[in-house]
Amino acid sequence: MRTATAILRKDLLLELRTLETLPSMALLSVSTFVIFHFGLNRDSLSGQLAAGVFTVTLLFAAMLAINRLFVAEREQGGFDAFLLAPVDRTAMFAAKAAALFIFMVALELVAVPAFALLLAPPRLGHSLPAFTLLLLLADGAFAVIGTFVSALAVHTRARDLIGPIIGLPLMLPALIATARGIGPLLTPNASGSPQAKWLLVLALYDLFNALLAVGLFDYLIEE
Amino acid sequence: MSTHVRHLRGLTVVTALMITAGLALTFFYAPLDAEQGFVQKIFYIHVPLAIVSLVGFCLGGVYGIGYLRTGKRVWDMRSYCAIHMSLIFSVGGLIAGSIWAKASWGHWWVWSDPTLVSYLIVILLYCTYQPMRFSIEDPERQARYAAVFSIVAGAFVPINFIIVNLSSEYLHPRVLNLQGGAMPGSMKLAFYTSLVAIALLFATLMKYEMASKELRIETRRLRRRLLGEDAGPLGRTASPS
Repeated sequence: MRTATAILRKDLLLELRTLETLPSMALLSVSTFVIFHFGLNRDSLSGQLAAGVFTVTLLFAAMLAINRLFVAEREQGGFDAFLLAPVDRTAMFAAKAAALFIFMVALELVAVPAFALLLAPPRLGHSLPAFTLLLLLADGAFAVIGTFVSALAVHTRARDLIGPIIGLPLMLPALIATARGIGPLLTPNASGSPQAKWLLVLALYDLFNALLAVGLFDYLIEE
Repeated sequence: MSTHVRHLRGLTVVTALMITAGLALTFFYAPLDAEQGFVQKIFYIHVPLAIVSLVGFCLGGVYGIGYLRTGKRVWDMRSYCAIHMSLIFSVGGLIAGSIWAKASWGHWWVWSDPTLVSYLIVILLYCTYQPMRFSIEDPERQARYAAVFSIVAGAFVPINFIIVNLSSEYLHPRVLNLQGGAMPGSMKLAFYTSLVAIALLFATLMKYEMASKELRIETRRLRRRLLGEDAGPLGRTASPS
């Protein structure tokens, strides 16, 4: 636990000092909204279309963070140092997943207001609690699967390619649940309460992948 | 000869006989479908291909566990060949399914059918298996990462089916349910024969692939012993080496 906290603090401090990943993610999400505005030729989106646009935008931004997650460890020998230290290797997974989760939440603090401002989905304010809950569960999926895929891809030659192509199909079930869950919340007569089915699916998918990733992570960072 | 090759000849003969029997039953014994007519015959190929490929993907994961537990190269080879064959079978199944969809629903691709969509997602995931292997140079790391991938992806197969099924209504004909299905006996016989035949075909082809891979590794080893440094570089490969 102490190891995980130390790695997490290192990652957050690094991000605060360099501001490499988060501003890029935020910029990318706003640009994506602009592209969707022109691509769809709509001033406002609602229902399933709004949910799809928002989910895809989150996915794009998440990919940026996932690609960069282990780059510092790889390039500056962090992996070797970590393997030499007498600590539990799962700590690395926990710390990286937590860092990715925090990045996604920070991104959403920018992306959700930008979405509301630029694409004016109806009833977003009214559905905000349910919307936030779904996003947090989706962030869990991004964090767990993203960390796993990133650890797998970072030692391959074409890591920027391998990460996204493996990650996308693995994240698809979570993306389906997120988009289907958000859709009804953004219709003009939305009730504001989420469908329990999608919350449950997301939570179980997060849990399932977390267990799998914790079980297999050791094999990915062994030398 | 290596152990994988021992029963290869007998297995090949049995497979050829079963395939012939399956095809004969399909075309001459099973009755014509009352609604769809002759085109329904593709069902006897499409469904076994789909089932065998999905089981093969999961089998790849089981072999992956075998590799991580023992560290023996042969498990990596099994996992690789199972996934390789399943990928070929699944593309065949997808094409056959597409032809059937066109004939019975009028479209080559039907989004409202969760079975088809989840099958596509699984294929998309497994299409990344070989590029991933190919981009890892160290053979030991390649085998280890491939095993991890095969386990995660093997577990993903059933979960993905459940979640995609939740997201839409059934359209796929449910011929195999817990109540024994809606098929008449003659159709069932043809179907199960085809299923066994395709499963045997999978096993046979997988064994052939393993035998060929083992032979190639052996040839390479002998060449290196004969020619020494002149044997040339190994070259990268996606298969176990």
